[in-house]
Amino acid sequence: MDFSSFLNNLTPATGFFYFLSFLTILTGLMVVLSKNPIHSVLYLIATFFCLSGHYVLLNAQFLAAVNIIVYAGAIMVLFLFVIMFLNLKQEDEESKTNLTKIAAMVTGGTLFLIFVAVFRKTQFGAFDAYSFDSQVGMVESLGEVLYKDYLLPFELASVLFLVAMIGAVMLGRREAGDRHF
Amino acid sequence: MTIDVALIIKAIIILLIFGITLLIAMYSTYGERKVAAFMQDRIGPNRAGPFGLLQPLADAVKMFFKEDFIPSQASKWLFILGPCLSMLTALMTSAVIPFGDSVKYESAPGKVWDIPVQAIDVNIGILYVFGVVSLGVYGIMVGGWASNNKFSLLGAIRAASQNISYEISMGLAIIAILMMTGSLSIRHIVEQQHGGNWNIFYQPLGFIIFITCAFAECNRTPFDLPECETELIGGYHTEYSSMKLGFYLFAEYINMFVSSAMISSLYFGGYNYPGMDWVQAQLTSSLGEIAGHNVGTLIGTLVFFAKSLFFVFFYMWVRWTLPRFRYDQLMNLGWKALIPLAMINIILTGGAILFLKPLIVSFLK
Repeated sequence: MDFSSFLNNLTPATGFFYFLSFLTILTGLMVVLSKNPIHSVLYLIATFFCLSGHYVLLNAQFLAAVNIIVYAGAIMVLFLFVIMFLNLKQEDEESKTNLTKIAAMVTGGTLFLIFVAVFRKTQFGAFDAYSFDSQVGMVESLGEVLYKDYLLPFELASVLFLVAMIGAVMLGRREAGDRHF
Repeated sequence: MTIDVALIIKAIIILLIFGITLLIAMYSTYGERKVAAFMQDRIGPNRAGPFGLLQPLADAVKMFFKEDFIPSQASKWLFILGPCLSMLTALMTSAVIPFGDSVKYESAPGKVWDIPVQAIDVNIGILYVFGVVSLGVYGIMVGGWASNNKFSLLGAIRAASQNISYEISMGLAIIAILMMTGSLSIRHIVEQQHGGNWNIFYQPLGFIIFITCAFAECNRTPFDLPECETELIGGYHTEYSSMKLGFYLFAEYINMFVSSAMISSLYFGGYNYPGMDWVQAQLTSSLGEIAGHNVGTLIGTLVFFAKSLFFVFFYMWVRWTLPRFRYDQLMNLGWKALIPLAMINIILTGGAILFLKPLIVSFLK
């Protein structure tokens, strides 16, 4: 199949999928490649938006909205918050020695190799348009699955969150006689 | 051909909603000055046009003709991106608010289109609003950081921490409403308040938490610490001039209107009003099925705007009445008062749904 026939057979949904995927990879690359940390954070937010677009294409609107609220709306604000406090004028070269560069290349290359090896021969389940339930990504079905089939993992995850929350409060707690302002 | 007319009506509705949002934001600036003048025993703007009604236009012209200045040490593209983001997120929210019931249109005999007066009716409407609101802080943060000014940066950081803190209790206040209605669609929530069944009677505590957080999210007095002029000159928009500054200020007024519309649709019944069914029956019997329904929708929409504009007035009323919080007081209120209160509200609501409601139902039998 050559490229022109591929373009001719493109439906709007698949066209939009390829466009979104292109944007996702582009913004993801820019996160790594841009020199300024603030630009990296903003590109990462754009990446989250593209991922939410993919969720909407899969008719999982709830996940799309929650992805935006939690990652783009809360976590990245904190990232930006911390980076704004850092003094960006100083070039911090300590962490970029040759040894760390080689180590990063080896680990990243190994991970890439593993991914290629795993996905090269994987058989993905065939998509059946007739048995597909378009409501599978809605809030109601998500809630039923979460609170019926996966109740124990869900509860364990919430206990984990509780522990993390208490830990954060303990770390930020003011000692006796300590004043912050 | 028939579907085309329905689409055109929908497009007109979307354009009208967009235009009316902008118009109301524009005249809120005029309203704010008049309200301030009234409260301080002054006259307020009265030079441009009758009663000073052309004042917003004069302001816009002035904004456009000011010098558009970008500081030499500022990060140029982010400096431009800041106000754009602010404006974009402010305008995106009004898409899911139901401004009225529906417009009926008969394309052929017996074939009636029923078009809701709402830009898009997504089934996660509240989450959409919540997501867009949580993005609103980026405009301020990016602009404040890109200005390369200590006061701007401090304003941006204040805005970020304030928005994050108050978003939590706002979400918890909404969860109590969701428990009662069992739907994330704002239209469903409004429809369930039909017949004087307004959420404010069931959720008075939730309403107080929600409106406090709405004030904080809009950066309005008494929570206007990101731009308080006595401490930070102008806060995050210190370095801005011309229409970029205009965008920041204008986005604040759009946010005010949209949050007023949210308050009236979540807690005050949206386009429902007492005696609605009677009016609807009178209209359909005198004007016919379709025309009567459309006129009824128009009245409902006007009621909705009246409620929203009351809350816009309430914002101004509070601004010229209350002094500003100190920063540690703001944080204490958010984390130590509003969040526990919102959690108590959730527990009370859950208890009432589980125990009180069956008790009352069995008592009435």
